[in-house]
Amino acid sequence: MASGIKDKVAILGMGCSRFGERWDTGSEGLMVEAFTEALEDAGIERSEIGAAWLGSCAEQVNVGNSAIPLSSALRLEGIPVSRVENMCATGTEALRGAAYAVASGAVDIALALGVEKLKDTGYGGLPVVFKGNVNDLWMPYSSAPAGFAQLATGYRAKYGVSKEDLKRAIGRVSWKSHQNGAKNKKAHLQKAVSMETILNAPMIADPLGVFDCCGVSDGAACAIVTTPEIARALQKDRQMVTIKALQLSASSGREWGTNAWDGSYVQNTRNAAKAAYAEAGIKNPREELSALEVHDCFSITELVTMEDLGVSDDGMAWQDIMNGVFDADGKLPCQIDGGLKCFGHPIGASGLRMVYEHYLQMHGRAGERQLKDPQLGLSHNLGGVPYNGVCAISIVGLEGR
Amino acid sequence: MGNALSVGIKSFGAYIPRRRMARAAIAEAHAWALPSLKGLGKGEKSFCNWDEDAITLAVEAARDCIKGYDRQTLVALDFASTTPPFADLQNAVVVGSALSLCESIRCSDFGGSTRAGTTALVRALEAGGQGDRLVVAAEKRVAKPGSAQEMQYGSGAGALLVGEGEDLIARLVASETISKPFVDHFRSVGEKYNYHWEERWVRDEGMAKIVPQGFSKILDACDRSADDVAWLGISGGPAGSDGFVAKKLGIAADRLLPNFQGQVGDTGAAQSILQLIDALEKAQPGDLIVIISFANGCEVAAFEMLRRPADTGRRGLAGTLARGITETAYLKMLSNDGAIDIDWGMRAEADKKSILTEMYRGADQFFGFVGGKCDSCGTVQFPRAPSCVNCGSYHSLEPFALSEEKAKVATYTVDWLMYTPAPPLYVGLMQFDNGARVLMEVCDVGTLDIETGMEVEMAFRIKERDTLRHLDRYFWKATPSI
Repeated sequence: MASGIKDKVAILGMGCSRFGERWDTGSEGLMVEAFTEALEDAGIERSEIGAAWLGSCAEQVNVGNSAIPLSSALRLEGIPVSRVENMCATGTEALRGAAYAVASGAVDIALALGVEKLKDTGYGGLPVVFKGNVNDLWMPYSSAPAGFAQLATGYRAKYGVSKEDLKRAIGRVSWKSHQNGAKNKKAHLQKAVSMETILNAPMIADPLGVFDCCGVSDGAACAIVTTPEIARALQKDRQMVTIKALQLSASSGREWGTNAWDGSYVQNTRNAAKAAYAEAGIKNPREELSALEVHDCFSITELVTMEDLGVSDDGMAWQDIMNGVFDADGKLPCQIDGGLKCFGHPIGASGLRMVYEHYLQMHGRAGERQLKDPQLGLSHNLGGVPYNGVCAISIVGLEGR
Repeated sequence: MGNALSVGIKSFGAYIPRRRMARAAIAEAHAWALPSLKGLGKGEKSFCNWDEDAITLAVEAARDCIKGYDRQTLVALDFASTTPPFADLQNAVVVGSALSLCESIRCSDFGGSTRAGTTALVRALEAGGQGDRLVVAAEKRVAKPGSAQEMQYGSGAGALLVGEGEDLIARLVASETISKPFVDHFRSVGEKYNYHWEERWVRDEGMAKIVPQGFSKILDACDRSADDVAWLGISGGPAGSDGFVAKKLGIAADRLLPNFQGQVGDTGAAQSILQLIDALEKAQPGDLIVIISFANGCEVAAFEMLRRPADTGRRGLAGTLARGITETAYLKMLSNDGAIDIDWGMRAEADKKSILTEMYRGADQFFGFVGGKCDSCGTVQFPRAPSCVNCGSYHSLEPFALSEEKAKVATYTVDWLMYTPAPPLYVGLMQFDNGARVLMEVCDVGTLDIETGMEVEMAFRIKERDTLRHLDRYFWKATPSI
């Protein structure tokens, strides 16, 4: 069996732009904003970076294809730079590329940067995407919330949860994230919202109202990674944060092409979580993990993700949520930075933005939202739709954990 | 009486769009400028959903007609319409592809006049014993806002299975035709709306003189008198003119086939076919049925009812009439009819170009909804990919048609964000009883409360409108089985 990536790669520095409606800058400016912070944090020169990965998803409103936008924006000369795209898992894919390059010994120091400029579309929500020649001929075009909203029907049918109870539970998911996001200066939405406002918001895709949907933002985040040996040599006074697991699962069509899936969970998350826990040596995620950053593109997604990650028992996440298990002061804080709910979801950046929060927490730099003694943090991205998509999971933690 | 050599009608089917506009709402919308329309503001008229056109209506009527019939034995498909979506692309071929008819079928388009439905029927009957033929007349009729025709025109389709044999419902007794350059209305190539002359002239100088000539000719040909006519259908004139003329012909109102003004309106080339279907649904063996399609002269056909139709599970005209969803939003009708261009926002700008190479490679899948069944594990699936979605075998899928298969809603949502020309968009995974699962749009939900487990059937619709090139692409949607 493969030995995995645990503790083979250390995070030397990270950066994250302010997320939001960044009318003031383009993708290039966002990349520079995140990168300069990371470079300063890492304490290295730009020329020490041996290879770079750019994650960007929506070609029509961002930087276009190829990795040249990254090498040009940051002026990275003469090194291998690649662009990766895997829907909402794009940011984590960039990290995977950089981490694997370091772990393989191909380079000493690598950069992973994700960026997305969603607010240059001219309208709210995600850009309308091309689904491929064949799919265009038969697949209905529906919005991203419409894809995830269907989890609610499957979940209710399986566990006999009433429409009202589920609506309240997913509403509380958003309520909690807004509580957290209010304490984050880099978040797009920095204000608490009442349950009443959440529950009475206009419908987007039944049962998801406006506040069940994450924001739509511009942003960039990046990580500079290296070997533990180099990190130790360069940063003698810091506790090292290493990568414990990087896993991905993509649909083969079974969930939406056969009757195998009951609509109440996301198989890709279950696959990736199982592999990630094995890679990181985690036996009991609810007890061992310190914090979660999950893909709360929509509140219902976060709810089922708690079960898919094994931190709630099947059919019990809605009650755990109502009981405050995932609140900032709960047993397992989730979206302590505000999540996609408050940061929005600049697709290429999100996976790295999540890792950034864990990284800040582990270095004790999270300010008002600082958790007590965080050791292991899990980040989770879902791309596509629950029945046909990708899931990326990364786990980072302190050295020795 | 019928014998082995008789040619006639073996089955029938009908489809009226479920959208029924309350005429009072149309009159109300025009009251500021055209208060006189109030007099026409009674009853309802059918209009197409945004994703329906003459082709999709024809497909639905044809499916209703050939329920339980072995489609592969059909030798010809005749499509009649004055509102076909395509000017240079055979509409009948699209209809035939949606019905998964065999490739060697003879397809023809009839058009150019509202008598085209009757003309197509007569031509098909004249072809006689060369095999069973499907005749479908369909119209998506639109009229200029504020016109009397806007009130009177309706949309709908009727289909007839014709051929030779001992199993006829009705046999053709005779047909006659009169051709005259009586131009009461017209639409030149490239124009959107018909132009109509004064209704009184059309009725008195046209209908009242030409229809009796045709009626007289057909009675002579049948060697029967007006008293022998059990059912008479007259179409093609202004609303009410059919009754006016029937009276002159000595046909009592209870023997006059309906003009459908109460629920549908004048369906143009489909009107005489729908009248004939109405007769077939209620006539008794031995009844003489005459249909007269008035337009540039008239087309006349007489049938003798031979036996009551077998129950094939068809909805028929009565069934489709009963499925109406009353609409009062006049702007919705205008938008569906293309009369107004609503700002749907930037999402609507996404290019809907169809890749014709891909469309042809998968033609049976996209037109006929033919998926695959794995010869290795037996899983039914859509699309028919080069590999099985369940067991992963390569090149193991045999064609398997899903269009007539039953399904239930597995998951769903009501999407208010995505662009659709008639929000909201209902979408979800449809679970077929045969095991296949397909992500589909759900159309014509109406006032129903969509829920997991709801039974659905398949409907041939426009999937997307290409507003740049105007090649709308068709595919199948789920629709509540009611």
